[in-house]
Amino acid sequence: MLLELVAANATATAPTAITYTSQDLVTNLLIFIMSTFLGVELIRHVTRLLHTPLMALTNAISSVSMIAALIVMSETTDQTLLILATAGVALASTNIISGFILVERIVRLFKSKPKGKPAK
Amino acid sequence: MTIDPAYILALYVVAVVLFILSLRFMSDVKTSRWGGRSAALGMALGVVATLLAYQIQRVDLLVGAILIGFVVGTPIALRVATTALPQRTAISQAFGSLAVALVGAAEFYDYNTTANTFTLSVLSAEMILGFLTFAGSCIAFAKLQELIPGRPFVYPGKNFVSIAILIVAAAVGVVLVAEPSQTILLPIMAALALVFGFLLVMGIGGADMPTVIAILNAYTGMSAAALGFVLNNKLLIVAGSLDGSSGFVLALIMSQAMNRSFTNVLFGGVGAKVTKAAAGAVAAQARPVQSLGASDVATILENARSVVIVPGYGMAVAQAQHTIKEVGDLLQEKGIDVKYGIHPVAGRMPGHMNVLLAEANVPYDQLWEMEKINPMFPETDVAIVVGANDVTNPAARTKSDSPLYGMPIMNVDKAKTVIFIKRSMSPGFSGSDNELFYLPNTWMVFGDAKKVLSDLVAALKAT
Repeated sequence: MLLELVAANATATAPTAITYTSQDLVTNLLIFIMSTFLGVELIRHVTRLLHTPLMALTNAISSVSMIAALIVMSETTDQTLLILATAGVALASTNIISGFILVERIVRLFKSKPKGKPAK
Repeated sequence: MTIDPAYILALYVVAVVLFILSLRFMSDVKTSRWGGRSAALGMALGVVATLLAYQIQRVDLLVGAILIGFVVGTPIALRVATTALPQRTAISQAFGSLAVALVGAAEFYDYNTTANTFTLSVLSAEMILGFLTFAGSCIAFAKLQELIPGRPFVYPGKNFVSIAILIVAAAVGVVLVAEPSQTILLPIMAALALVFGFLLVMGIGGADMPTVIAILNAYTGMSAAALGFVLNNKLLIVAGSLDGSSGFVLALIMSQAMNRSFTNVLFGGVGAKVTKAAAGAVAAQARPVQSLGASDVATILENARSVVIVPGYGMAVAQAQHTIKEVGDLLQEKGIDVKYGIHPVAGRMPGHMNVLLAEANVPYDQLWEMEKINPMFPETDVAIVVGANDVTNPAARTKSDSPLYGMPIMNVDKAKTVIFIKRSMSPGFSGSDNELFYLPNTWMVFGDAKKVLSDLVAALKAT
């Protein structure tokens, strides 16, 4: 189902209607529900020490919306929409780049008790 | 160039696995370095797969947009001070939510003639969520950056007005779904959502920001998942809902740590009554407190065997984390056991204190969560409170009329001696007077946290 959809969109140049069957919808709902439950479980196990880098991380992950912006960029020929989508890509990529660098920066601050030599 | 769609999907699957692993890696400090890296790799794979599946004609715009991302994003991430992380989080949420809102709008214009009611409804909801999160994040940023007062902005009927605006926005959305050709309604709906987000966060006080930014984080994730539904893109759905649940779980942890509900945080306007309660605090100032200078504190500390340091937002404001670490080190050199007790809502964002102390090179195994440190206070000789207030107020346990009643607190009052470093006798964010100040085992040290601690370092070195 999705294979056909990706293929159909890959060749599309003009705005196309989204072929969305009720089966797709149910699959997507299932994915949504399961990843939400998975997310709750994963986050509950994140140590409180790391809640700040976790927020930087999830912030960057939420900018996965860049993918949606890319899809709009590929499909539209309208100038205004192209500008909107490009702005979306710029904003999301700013977030992605700064988010991941920041996560790396913060987690590097956490050091365990110095063993033998003093922590520097 | 045609690529077998199965490869694209395979890349999406790998990206999903990497996202899930990245959150798993955050469960332990030892593996946390792989958290960011694996998610970054997942994101890169997702973007590359999308670019392979959907050929973009305007490569110039694409490259330009990503360059902007690098040029703007890199310095933000490298330069932001750890004390400013809450603001950074708020502003990046503003970026992220504006991105989803704009993309949602673009999709709506793109599909409004062809899409079905379901798609249009999801898009409208997504835009309302995106725009309200954008406005809310901007206000959260302004409050955290202290561009505007952190105190909640309240007026009679505030919640009624806010909810009414949200209902009107939703109603406009419904009409828009029924009559998609009336695209003029879209900016109206967006404007209403912006006003609602503005009013919502204006009404929330500075100390509730940990919960607020967690909720806004969840909204951005939900919007991304909604876009996934619209585009039938599984990667967007998974990543968006992981982010959404993360925000909600963090918000839940935060509000539980304050013994409050989501609704109370969002609509309660706690902290607005400061003026009235502060007047009470002025009257209470007549009650006697015991105060000490730094050299006396040094003497008390030298005779202690165990010390717990309890930092709060005041430590971040005074930038005192490095001086605290110096005090801790000097005490350890004298053979005194030093721990740091961290309340879950200390600071302006979840986990903020831990990052500040980690930056000052405090080993993370010396950082103790509230639940683990509380049973140890009765055996603790000295508890030093630096820049924390409400989270140490015993009224939360004893006085049922206190706004803090029921909130889990750091039981510093159970320690044999409490040293409370504070600028003045002013009440905490909740507006309640801290009962701790008047206890016979409490010694107040008045002054700027950094100044007092530097004096303490000098006094400890002198002996």
